[in-house]
Parts: sequence; structure tokens; C-alpha cells
Amino acid sequence: MADGILPGLVKGMATTARSLTRRAHTAEYPDVSPALPSRSRGVIALTEENCTSCMLCARECPDWCIYIDSHKEEVPPTTPGGRARQRNVLDRFAIDFSLCMYCGICIEVCPFDALHWSPEFEYAELDIRDLLHEKDRLGAWMATVPPPVALDPGSAEPAEVAAAAKPARAAGAAAGAGAAAARPARVRPARAGTPAPATAPEVSTGTPEPPTETLAAPPVAETKRLPVVREPSEQTSEQTSEQTQVLPTTDPREPE
Amino acid sequence: MSPWLEAVVRAVAVLAAFLSLPLLVGQTEHKVMAHMQGRLGPMYAGGFHGWAQLVADGVKFVQKEDVVPARADRGVFRLAPAVALIPYLVALSVIPLSPTVVGATLDASVVLVLAVIGVGIIGTLMAGWASANKYSLLGGMRAAAQLVSYELPMVLAVASVALAAGTLSIVGIAEAWSPWWLLWQAPGAFVFLVAALAELQRPPFDMPVADSEIVFGPYTEYSGLRFAFFLLAEYAGIVVMSLLFAVLFLGGWAGPFESWLGWLWTLLKGFAVAVVMIWMRVSWPRMREDQLQRLAWVWLVPIALLQLALTAVGVVMTS
Repeated sequence: MADGILPGLVKGMATTARSLTRRAHTAEYPDVSPALPSRSRGVIALTEENCTSCMLCARECPDWCIYIDSHKEEVPPTTPGGRARQRNVLDRFAIDFSLCMYCGICIEVCPFDALHWSPEFEYAELDIRDLLHEKDRLGAWMATVPPPVALDPGSAEPAEVAAAAKPARAAGAAAGAGAAAARPARVRPARAGTPAPATAPEVSTGTPEPPTETLAAPPVAETKRLPVVREPSEQTSEQTSEQTQVLPTTDPREPE
Repeated sequence: MSPWLEAVVRAVAVLAAFLSLPLLVGQTEHKVMAHMQGRLGPMYAGGFHGWAQLVADGVKFVQKEDVVPARADRGVFRLAPAVALIPYLVALSVIPLSPTVVGATLDASVVLVLAVIGVGIIGTLMAGWASANKYSLLGGMRAAAQLVSYELPMVLAVASVALAAGTLSIVGIAEAWSPWWLLWQAPGAFVFLVAALAELQRPPFDMPVADSEIVFGPYTEYSGLRFAFFLLAEYAGIVVMSLLFAVLFLGGWAGPFESWLGWLWTLLKGFAVAVVMIWMRVSWPRMREDQLQRLAWVWLVPIALLQLALTAVGVVMTS
């Protein structure tokens, strides 16, 4: 035998012997039900009372496995002399789980929380046609829908909480006014040919010389300068020395 | 007790062992192999950890249709499982569990055992030929080549212990055994174990039945009870080879309280050897046909010959 075969044989036997002493990985499924993670997508449950037959779920479904039938009913006016209203009455709501790919889009789009994920998954059938769950069966799954689990640590706060934490609308308007005041009063499109000499202002006011200006002004100062056109009063505190050198030159040129 | 009654009792006892021990080995293989692969194995049949799985398998095999291919050689096809199975029954009848617990005693029992074990592979060859199937024929040819290659080192290894003991009786060899044979006959024991695995067509020597390339070779066309007989022959072969190894190389019933627990020692040693055979099956990949032949002729036969020379020197020196 070539070298390497015997160690390999021994290693193989050692590996199998080691796994013999360890616990098996087998999940004894029918006897021991699996520990499913939270938000498991088993089956889709329907709260029929919440459904308004708006058809959003049926239209968003990528494989069109939701069937909705409804009709309009006239509701008599509640007050004398009032107007009769119409409302949708759900006749049929069915999901064909032989087509469903468990994407959950229907649950996401439902504006009225009529659809929910249930972790139940044991609804295999001998006939594929029995996988079409009508609304009574979809409604029965509601009993198995768990309460929503807490968010994972570090996740973004839910949209409802974020909206509640935001300041009221009036205060926001005031802040907006302040921000508008801080904004530049006038935005002027930067002209490419605008000469901005970096030399002393008294020289530039005479005859501007583009070649010397382009040479003297470094490109960084140029790009920074183009969008930032502010009032001279507020720029002094934060701008760099180059910009303080450049920007005052523009204002004296303005009357030209 | 009249000799006829005694013969019947012994035959029934051997038959009972022949039908129960292979099932025990098979169940052990199910469970040991499963746990070596991180599985649980059968868990349902019989209730407790699937102890009745092989009984259930037997019931299933009996219910299945016994199909004979249209182009098959019917007579040979139907006879082949019996030819594969019966030799191991004969071999088991002369393998002693202790000097008294033995089906039949005869002087040259080791020769008989080797001869009938060689017949067993004829059954595989018949199955391969009679099935009218290319896979089966290929498998049968491979089985025949394997038999020719590995019979020789096996016979040489057995000849070595027979030479050391000075007798051809299995009981005599086991009684002449002493613990230092473990060292003296170690190369022979190695050769015997490897050759036994090859004769049984067990992995890593399962080229004749390689299911992933010739779809179980000679057994491709078999179904129902005849297929079950081939499987039973394989496990009966493991029992015979393990017990033979235990008796020839491990001292058989030698151990504490051997006067009244001897048969148990033989069974335990044989069972340990069977577990090692299962262990090797789980651990190692299948050998290619050329590697298989090379191992037999380049390694096992020379080692067996060297062992024979070593034994001869030992016998001459000590006598």
C-alpha cells in the first residue's frame, strides 16, 4: 500500500467511532414536534371580519392563488333622511396552498390585518385539490396564530413607535421655519466661466485675468466654492481659510 | 437418547442459530451503522428501538411478487439463492461454540468449512449468469474473480493455525490455542479477516454488488423471498466468518469460567468481530476492481505465505 493509505483507514475508523459515541442528529419528528423559530411561515390565517374585499392581496399575489368573490350590499340609512350606503360583503376567500409559495406578500399588503402567518404546517393532503382552503378553514387557522414576538435586539424601532415619538405637527412647522431661515436666501447657479481670482481683491476689481486665476486657485477650493454661496455673515465661522480668501472676492464683483 | 433423536435436536438447534444470529447481526448493523453516521436507525418496528425491523422486512419480502425475468435461465435462477444460502448452514453446523456445544463433530472440520464457504459464491455466480442482465453478469464475473483471488490467502491463513495446532479439527485448533498466538498468528489473523470480508462481498470489497454502478450486481433481478435469501446468506456469512475467526484466532471459548460459560465467550468474541466488520463497512470507501485484485495478490498472499513459514519455524522450534 502506498503511504497515506493506512493513516487514512485509521482516521476513517476513528471518525465513525467518535460519532458513535455522540448523540444522533435525528429529529424524531412525528413523535417530537419541532421547535420552530418565531415568525415561522406555516399557513396563512384569515380574520374574515377584517376583510373588506379590497382585492389587494389577490392582485399582489405573485402566483395568483387567492380567490375572492364579493358583492355589494345596500345598508339602509341609520338616521331618518340619511343616505343609504353600500358595503362589500365577502362571499368567498380561498387560498390555494398547492400554488402558494409562502412569500407573505398578501399578509404584508393587507391594510386591515385580515391575514396572518400561523406556524402550523401539518396540512398535507392526499388530493391536491384539498389544498384549496376556503374561508372557514382559513379562519380556523386564526386560533393558531401566535401573538407577535418582541423585536430582535438592535433592530430598528417599529414604524408606529417612531411615528408616535416624533414631535407634534405644530412644533415641526416651527422648526421648518427656522430651517428655512438657515437656508441660503438665494441659490445662484455657478457659472463655469466665472473668474474668481485668488489674489488680492483690489487687483481683481481692475482687470480680471483668467489664466492667473485658474493657476492660483487650487481645484479643491474651486469645487467647494461652487455650490456654497452664502451670506458673508455666516460663512466666516466655519469656512476654511482658502474659502474665506476666495468668497469675499465674489461679493465685491457682484455689482459689475 | 437415540442417535436419530439427537441428530434431529442438533439440526433444529443449528437451524435456530442460523435463523436468529444473522438477524441479530443485521439489527446490530442497522443500529451501529446509523449511530456511526449520526442517525438513529430503525425506531418503530416492535416498539422498542425498532428491534423487530428485520422481522418486518422478512414479512414484507414474503408478500412481494417473485419475479423471474422472461429471458432468464429459470431453473438456475430459482436455484441460486439456495446455493448461496445452504453452504453457510452446513458451515455453521460444524463450528463449535464450545467442545460440547457443536452441531456435528468431525476430524477435518476446518477443511469442510473452507470447502462449503467456497461453494457459497457459486450461488452468486449462478445468479449473475441466469438473470439475463448485463449488470448481473458483470457482478457475477467480479464475484468469481474475487473468490479466486481471496480464497487462496484465506486457506493459507487457516493452514497456518492448523499447522500450529497440529490438527484439522476446529475444536482441536481452539483447544491448542494459547494467548501468545495473538502475536504469533497476528499476520494470519489479519489476512483471514480481510479475505473473509472479501469473500462476503462486504464493503470495502463490495465491487460485485456495487449498487451505485451495477445496481446490486447479481441480485438486480431478484425480488421477494429469493432476494431475502441472498441477504440472509450475506448475514449468515458474517456470522460464520466471525465465529470462525473467533474460534481459530481468538481462542473461542477460552476465558474465565470456560467450563460452563465457554459458548458465551465464543459468541461474544464472534459478535465483536462482526461489529468490527460493520465498523469497516461504515468507515471505508469501496475498492476499485484492480485495487481489489492487487491487494489480494501483492499483499495478502505473500503475507499469508510468510505467516505459514513463521508458523512452521515456531512449530519446529517448540516441538
